[in-house]
Amino acid sequence: MAVHIPYIDKPNPVTGVTNAKLGVWLFLASEVMLFGALFSALITLRLGVSDWPHGYDVLNVPLATLNTVVLIFSSVTVVMAWASLKMHNLKQFKTYMSLTLLMSFIFLGIKAVEYGTKFSHGISPATSNFYAIYFVITGLHGLHILGGIIVNAYLLGPGSHMWKSEPERFTGRIECAGLYWHFVDLVWIFLFPILYLL
Amino acid sequence: MASEHMSVEEVKKHIKVYWMIFGSLLVLTAVTVGISYIHLSFTFAVILALVVASTKASLVALYFMHLISEKTAIYLTLALTAVLFVILIVVPWMIPMGAMRSWLVS
Repeated sequence: MAVHIPYIDKPNPVTGVTNAKLGVWLFLASEVMLFGALFSALITLRLGVSDWPHGYDVLNVPLATLNTVVLIFSSVTVVMAWASLKMHNLKQFKTYMSLTLLMSFIFLGIKAVEYGTKFSHGISPATSNFYAIYFVITGLHGLHILGGIIVNAYLLGPGSHMWKSEPERFTGRIECAGLYWHFVDLVWIFLFPILYLL
Repeated sequence: MASEHMSVEEVKKHIKVYWMIFGSLLVLTAVTVGISYIHLSFTFAVILALVVASTKASLVALYFMHLISEKTAIYLTLALTAVLFVILIVVPWMIPMGAMRSWLVS
């Protein structure tokens, strides 16, 4: 027998938001602690090691700048996908969600080029403390992009059938997926200057 | 107004804001990269980079994630998260430098 989960499309009278949305925010809070611990490790390493390289000397700043623009654009397209559903326009939603997915793949493609160049020069996480934390943080961020791609692709494809039967619930799902995607963008907004520009 | 209750007209107004925020984020990204080409002292460069990054992050959180008009339950969740995050960031500065260096070298 299916279990009915209350307040997944209507706001819970206690919190004022849907249970789904509060759940996503709690999940994002745990994500802040995950990345926060890694930022803490980065500071610890940087304070403790005397020969820390400048990111702009050893990493590809133009490619990372392009990736920043790509990710910022994907944040706009995912919020536009949600706004399209609020305006009852499924076709426009699909266009913006497709654009979001395209930007996600471009981001990962550019990251693969960056990683490939490093590996071809014999640089790996074992090379130094700097590269160890660089590969761990950007690798984990890349995995988050991959997770977002899977969720967004599902919502664009088979998941979008929910629009016909439960449009409000589907719009809520897109908002929750969007919150996650914006968080992934937020992490990159801090990673970019800290790793590449200082 | 919380995102669940927005009317079609309100969403249309928000769309203009989203694209304005996008433009602002692009400008701030250019500023971030530009700062790195100016040879500032390390401390000043870190402060400036973090100020610009925090401004960009605030724009994304306030407008794209709708935190500018969210409910108290969400604000309380984030307030607790922020406190714990600050503790995580402050901890490395409290470790004795000598002890940390010998640990990292060993």
